[in-house]
Amino acid sequence: MTAAAMPSAFRTCPRTGLKVNATAEALIKANAVAATVALLVGGIAAILVLLTRWQAVHLLPADWFYRILTIHGMSMLIFFIIFFEMAILYFASAVILNSRVATPRVGWAAFWLMVLGALMVEATMWTGHADVLFTSYVPLQATSWFYLGVILFAVGALVVVCIFFGTLVVAKRERTYQGSVPLVTFGAIAAAIIAVITLGHGAAIYIPTYLWSLGIMKVDPEIYRMVWWGLGHASQQINVAAMVSVWYLLGALSVGAVVLNEKVSRGAFALYILFISMASAHHLLVDPGLGPAWKVWNTSYFMYMAVLASMVHGFTVTAGLEVGQRARGLTKGMFEWLRKAPWGDPGFAAMIFSIVVFGFVGGITGVTFGTEQINIIAHNTLRIPGHFHATVVSGTALAFMGLTYYVIPLIFRRRIAFYPLAKIQPWLFAIGMLIFSLMMTFAGTFGVPRRHWDITFSGAPFDVQFNPAVNLVMGLMALGGLLAAVGGGIYILVTVWSVFFGERLPADAYTGHGLPPGIVTPPKPIPPGEHSKKATGTLVLVFVFLAAFVAYYFINWKLLSVVWRIG
Amino acid sequence: MHTGLESPPRVWWTPIHGAERIWVSIAFAWCLVLFAMMPLWHLKGEQNPSGIRHTVEPTRYYQRVQEFINQYKVGEEAGIPIVAPPPGSDVYLLAQMWRWSPILKLQKGVQYTLHMSSLDVNHGFNLNPVNINFQVVPGYDYALRVVPTEAGDFRIVCDEFCGIGHHTMVGKLLVVDSTGAPIAPGGAP
Repeated sequence: MTAAAMPSAFRTCPRTGLKVNATAEALIKANAVAATVALLVGGIAAILVLLTRWQAVHLLPADWFYRILTIHGMSMLIFFIIFFEMAILYFASAVILNSRVATPRVGWAAFWLMVLGALMVEATMWTGHADVLFTSYVPLQATSWFYLGVILFAVGALVVVCIFFGTLVVAKRERTYQGSVPLVTFGAIAAAIIAVITLGHGAAIYIPTYLWSLGIMKVDPEIYRMVWWGLGHASQQINVAAMVSVWYLLGALSVGAVVLNEKVSRGAFALYILFISMASAHHLLVDPGLGPAWKVWNTSYFMYMAVLASMVHGFTVTAGLEVGQRARGLTKGMFEWLRKAPWGDPGFAAMIFSIVVFGFVGGITGVTFGTEQINIIAHNTLRIPGHFHATVVSGTALAFMGLTYYVIPLIFRRRIAFYPLAKIQPWLFAIGMLIFSLMMTFAGTFGVPRRHWDITFSGAPFDVQFNPAVNLVMGLMALGGLLAAVGGGIYILVTVWSVFFGERLPADAYTGHGLPPGIVTPPKPIPPGEHSKKATGTLVLVFVFLAAFVAYYFINWKLLSVVWRIG
Repeated sequence: MHTGLESPPRVWWTPIHGAERIWVSIAFAWCLVLFAMMPLWHLKGEQNPSGIRHTVEPTRYYQRVQEFINQYKVGEEAGIPIVAPPPGSDVYLLAQMWRWSPILKLQKGVQYTLHMSSLDVNHGFNLNPVNINFQVVPGYDYALRVVPTEAGDFRIVCDEFCGIGHHTMVGKLLVVDSTGAPIAPGGAP
């Protein structure tokens, strides 16, 4: 069954000119809806966790706190993110390459398998049979149905990754595109390869753990930590690769950002693939199981080559915006290209905030805490969730939110409901998460532990006094979190309403209200001829970034140098 | 010029342009600095998580801690023995749901070999308010050479989730100065 034999299965997108396959579109919709449901569950859990850690409210009892915290982690980091990434994989293969989906029926089977796995995990967690938190460190034990649910979900995801590769082969063979795949698809390929590595680690740890929960075999707690983090951290690198692809995608859609140099951008994606699975080490730096040479070598991702990749993307994405804008006439001064950018376009705003918070907060803190010795003053404190809420929430989730404002018109073919709310949503969410993650990081600097129900330690044999600043910092953290929750709530309201009750768009043209500017008035074509690749504005910005990085990194060495001598 | 949504021109392996070349070089140099700092700190720095690492049967470790407590016990607080080991010796800390034992009484400026392990699940050693953190894993003896550089009355908070009583898992660690004088706020035995 070739594409030519089934012309009715395709429509042509009036905005992008891409040929969109009906099955691909339906699979994207299904996965996006599942992702949003998971986000809603995880979001409600987030608010409950936040209102408990904010000692002034201290909402939940201890057992429900850890239960809801488990639900928050699994619903967000596994179900929301991975369902959304499945949608991105179908988009980046079938839609961008004008192709059909390799095996549509298997695609649906995989989707329902993932839904089944997710429901099993949710059921065990909500009924109190899996109070083991996201990491489920052995020998803490959940019911075996929990591990089985995770395995089924992961198998489904692995099948979708295989369909993605199959679709690439189909597109190539049926010549649905010319030359090399576009950069956005290349980034998705990187994410998919990392997903295979990650899910391999997942199988290597969840299958033995499942058998352990049935009493069939033993699992060493330290080996568990090492292999589990091969899943746990590497899966965050799927998110990074997918997020960077979305940056390139949103840049292209909203302002027609260009690719400065394919070799550099693709090389940086290749660095992710090569060195990402070493990131497991970041979680074992102050563990008893491993020696310093292993820790130094692995935690540095083979001498920080994956960090280099992110620093390269931070530059090339931004410079691509600048060069594209300049080529369209916004050439005045250093920053006219940025000042006159469409800040009211929720897709554009989400992308910019995603880049800034991911880089400045998530990236800098992550590399610093992931330094072997500095980890002594960071491990298991609130500095760690402070870091990863800046990367995976303000970075990945925010980029995905921005993408949604293009997916709703282009794939669901609906107008965005409550558009004025949608316009401010990325701002609220980004500012809220920025405050939240910074305050969390500060609180962690005073040694406040993560994953802790009560930092007044009621019922403990000895009292614990934190620095008096901690109360204030935790209060500000709560306010930032609530602001972000408002932003998240608006996102869910807007997407659910648009998708189910939104006004349908006419098939031939995208005009009128409820659409981001990048869709109503697509970026002007770049006038023919030679264009300068000058990116001085970006160069200034990245040097500001580097200065912040160097300062934060060495301040932490200074903080470390005053604690007790340890060797 | 093309966007990331379009297939690139047939030949895209082209030389790197000015600003991009500058940034890639600087970023690479910075990555090398990041890498060099870790081995350098092993040579010159005084805080490293290396330690002496062994596997140990949890019950065997438990026995070792009991022997240690019996040998050097000087008192008791909140049902937890207080132990004053000789300067420079091997000292043992046991993590279990949901307590740290014993209460160690150490001397300022003296090096001890601090052993840590768990009887049951993962726990987290968080020395308050110094903010020193180590993972405590059952089956593994993590022995760190530690020099307390300040006298005082410290707490050990558990910072790895270990079940419903996690928040009650608070231990105590005392550091006296060289005269053995009672220490300031909180008061030592």
